[in-house]
Amino acid sequence: MFVINCPYCGERDQQEFKAGGEAHIERPKQPTELSDDEWAEYLFMRKNIKGVQFERWNHAHGCRKWFNMVRDTSNDEIKLVYKMGEKPSLE
Amino acid sequence: MSANLRVKSSEYIDETHRISFKFNGKIYYGFKGDTLASALLANDVHLVGRSFKYHRPRGIMTAGSEEPNAIVQVNDNTNRTEPNVRATEVEIYEGLEASSQNCWPNVNFDIGGINNLISPFLPAGFYYKTFMWPASFWEKYEFFIRHSAGLGKSPTEKDPDIYDHRNIHCDVLVVGAGISGILAAKNAAKNNLKTLLIDEKNELGGATIYQNREFNKIDNQSSSDWIKKEINELKNINNLEIKTRTSVAAYHGYNYLLARENLTDHLEKKDKDNKVRQRLLKIRAKKVILATGALERPLIFNNNDRPGILLSTAVKKYADFFGVKCGEKNVFFTNNDSAYESALCLYNKGIKVNAIIDIRNKSNSKIVKAVEQAGIKIYWSHTIVDTKGYRRLNNISIMKLSNDGMTVTGNKINISCDCLGVAGGWTPAVHLFTQSGGKLKFDEENNIFLPNKYPSDQISVGSCNGIFNLKEIINELSIQLKEFLKIEQTDFDNITIESEEETSKRNIWLLPSDKAIGKTKPFVDYQNDATAKDIKLALREGFRSIEHVKRYTTTGMGTDQGKLGNMHALGIIADTAGVKMGELGTTTFRPPYTPLTFGTIVGRNVGEYFDTFRRTAMNDWHIENKAEFENVGQWKRGWYYPSNGETMHQAVQRESKAARESAGILDASTLGKIDIQGSDASEFLNRVYTNAWSKLAIGKCRYGLMLNEDGMVYDDGVTTRLGENHYLMTTTTGGAANVLGKLEDYLQTEWPELDVYLTSVTDHYSTASVCGPNSKKILEKIFPDLDFSDENFPHMSFKEAKINKIKCRIMRISFTGEHSYEINIQASFGKSLWEKCIEAGKEFNITPYGTETMHLLRAEKGFIIVGQDTDGTMTPIDLQMDWIVSKKKYDFIGKRSLYRSDTMREDRKQLVGLLTDDPNIILEEGAQIVSELNQNPVQMLGHVTSSYFSPNLHKSIALAVVKGGKDMMGKKLFIPMETKTINVTVANPVFFDEGNKRLNA
Repeated sequence: MFVINCPYCGERDQQEFKAGGEAHIERPKQPTELSDDEWAEYLFMRKNIKGVQFERWNHAHGCRKWFNMVRDTSNDEIKLVYKMGEKPSLE
Repeated sequence: MSANLRVKSSEYIDETHRISFKFNGKIYYGFKGDTLASALLANDVHLVGRSFKYHRPRGIMTAGSEEPNAIVQVNDNTNRTEPNVRATEVEIYEGLEASSQNCWPNVNFDIGGINNLISPFLPAGFYYKTFMWPASFWEKYEFFIRHSAGLGKSPTEKDPDIYDHRNIHCDVLVVGAGISGILAAKNAAKNNLKTLLIDEKNELGGATIYQNREFNKIDNQSSSDWIKKEINELKNINNLEIKTRTSVAAYHGYNYLLARENLTDHLEKKDKDNKVRQRLLKIRAKKVILATGALERPLIFNNNDRPGILLSTAVKKYADFFGVKCGEKNVFFTNNDSAYESALCLYNKGIKVNAIIDIRNKSNSKIVKAVEQAGIKIYWSHTIVDTKGYRRLNNISIMKLSNDGMTVTGNKINISCDCLGVAGGWTPAVHLFTQSGGKLKFDEENNIFLPNKYPSDQISVGSCNGIFNLKEIINELSIQLKEFLKIEQTDFDNITIESEEETSKRNIWLLPSDKAIGKTKPFVDYQNDATAKDIKLALREGFRSIEHVKRYTTTGMGTDQGKLGNMHALGIIADTAGVKMGELGTTTFRPPYTPLTFGTIVGRNVGEYFDTFRRTAMNDWHIENKAEFENVGQWKRGWYYPSNGETMHQAVQRESKAARESAGILDASTLGKIDIQGSDASEFLNRVYTNAWSKLAIGKCRYGLMLNEDGMVYDDGVTTRLGENHYLMTTTTGGAANVLGKLEDYLQTEWPELDVYLTSVTDHYSTASVCGPNSKKILEKIFPDLDFSDENFPHMSFKEAKINKIKCRIMRISFTGEHSYEINIQASFGKSLWEKCIEAGKEFNITPYGTETMHLLRAEKGFIIVGQDTDGTMTPIDLQMDWIVSKKKYDFIGKRSLYRSDTMREDRKQLVGLLTDDPNIILEEGAQIVSELNQNPVQMLGHVTSSYFSPNLHKSIALAVVKGGKDMMGKKLFIPMETKTINVTVANPVFFDEGNKRLNA
């Protein structure tokens, strides 16, 4: 059970949060211009890496805000938490 | 007889307080402070159970939670009965009843013991190999295997006890209250850190209060006296909370630990009632100090499992701590000095020690000399090759070990003995450390796995960190604490310690016998009856991974998880396969460390609190009017309202007719309601629904279909435009929370530029839905000032009105196909609104109807229910709802996916109506549909999604999804059931009032 530092509320138990999959996959602005393959790439293809992963999380039982998180999936270390739209700065 | 086995009273046993208890139906006596194990030993009862596979007689082996053999059923034949309880952990109380497990008819004569005689035919993997053929016989085998499987009995009645959960946050958690744990906790708390100290026993002090007390000295006192003084001081420290009888079950990431606190198991029955029995502590600690100690190892030799064979420190603990001698003729068998300490303790208490058998060549330590001076015979470089005594050990045979330790030589010596204390060295208890994600390293010199890489802010101290000498333990602890707690000094920096140094070591994982290994029984896992022979067989058969060998031989898979023998299993595998133990690794240590009850895990979440329910404001009315309820999402919804002993079918038929012929009323409060405001609200709806919303006039309602990005139908409902920038969206009952979550997701992450605000108002409003040809007349009575003419208040529009001074929102919308109104009112007035409707509708025989009738009425109209007629694989095109998908809109959620090659296939499953050839046959929902009867294998075309008998059409109707169904209108299909085949015809899914004339009737 992680302790997640919600960028809006501070440290809270993991059970208040919902994971939302890989981060930084932007919905195409002009979906109709895309080929089936390109659309499928956006729609279905997600990474599941062992190591440092960029993820979306939602403070579902708190402020309901979505935010991004950088997590090492091999040891669950949370390296960074940042708001939607912000650019991550990992040293 | 029992009196003879008590020795000079220990301070931990209160001999003035005699307690009677029953074991296997017989009454015994013990004293306050006894465990079930110590009290049985005091009564000369060693045989307490039978082993799992061979049903061999087994006795008490240890004095702690690692006990593999003495597992008993307590409180037999009551609703408090519990199986697989370690007798070494049960504190006795007046009236305790316990019994042996895994034996029939009784522990002294067990039919299953025949397995021991035929054991040469029961090697590892026996069941896998034997019952494979012929395959068709499995069902017959299974009957017998099931009967011989399992340990103990589960209770058949409801658990009368209360269980609880508690969250604890602390700066420092110390697990284990031995000398390291006590000093660590004390120094943490004294440095203003909020500290929690946990120990599984009821007494603090760990092994230090009875072990090595003659030889270890601190500040010129015996170590046990010194630690008692420290324990006393703990009581006066403010920041320190101490939990005894509390076992840490699991250590998860981020220093989150679960512990079970035992509160009433040691109390008499009358004191247990109405109290919390066990509490699950959910602990978040900033820092964790593991001081879990070490477990003594047995030695693996032929027939090492007989009742009367114990760990050497257990023999000592029973004598010294509980004042019980385990035998009259004691022998110790060892590879290190700890057995000498036990022997000396017994000797000093006047208990006879016949011999010590040591596999080492010599040891010069002080304690060995003391034993020699006491005149106890020591057999150096000898090993036990066999033991005798079926229900109790009576004899051992020893022989000289060869220099390489692989064979035995010389003459066999027989020694009479009824208690053998075995000392195989120490295994650091690294279970919690590895559970937390810690990585181990192997120490070749001491043959132990040690904590290496810490995954969180934690340290292991004392013997669980591989340090066994008291002086080293204390010195190292001081260094570790200063660094870990960032403190300048500890309060034990200046104490003087004298402790015994071990000088000689020898380790042999599997001791040789004069017999071939195939003829011996050297048990590695006592509980699961896995022997060294089984492990070697697994290796011969090609298993190499330690995890595979474990599962094939079941080594370490008992309720004790192999706390005693796992290291030997690894050692034997390494030796046999010729690899290093460090390279072999260990099997995974999994929680819980000791078993947890289900009660502890669920806590208070039982009965009505198992899952929480939501009830509408009208709920009391439904109950008073005998509604049957249905769970929808978390809601309790009225299902149907049987009157005069009606069946469900009869009630639903009556309700359905009434709704179409005069008037019906439905509690629709559970539908999800989302208030949408903001200058971009219309644009937002355009993007989330498939149809167009920009032109919806204020005061009008529109049905919308919401897709997932993959084009599949996600939810539906009617949305009303309340104002220029203000909408009220309704969702399905079960989908409300998910829809809000999904909309928030898009607003926050994809379209943050939109000025839109979402608020869930599901609980704020109650909704009564009045339908039927007389609904208008009823509403006119309730709202006399409102003009209900079709011109002023047409279908799909909304009006605000008042009942007395209470504002209502009335939507003229319909899910039944009838002229119909939904009245929304502040939830606190929900019940009075409902009663007003019933009162006003009396003259029209207004009939309350539930979800079942609602489903039937909408099915007559061919309206879908998301989640019943759809399953996450249906596009609006599949549902034949092309009309609701805007061709003009550039984009909406899921639009692009409607043009994927897969979603455009003609042979997708499509929604159709089905009519049975015999109108009285009602299809089963979920029934499979085929077009050919004599096909092999038969090709499934789809299945029935909704099916009812329509009282308004006088025939059965059904909705179904069928491959290519759109083009099958009028086609004959078949529904093969278990006993018959039903003939059906594909039909238009709109069965009733196709022209929607009744909406304006």
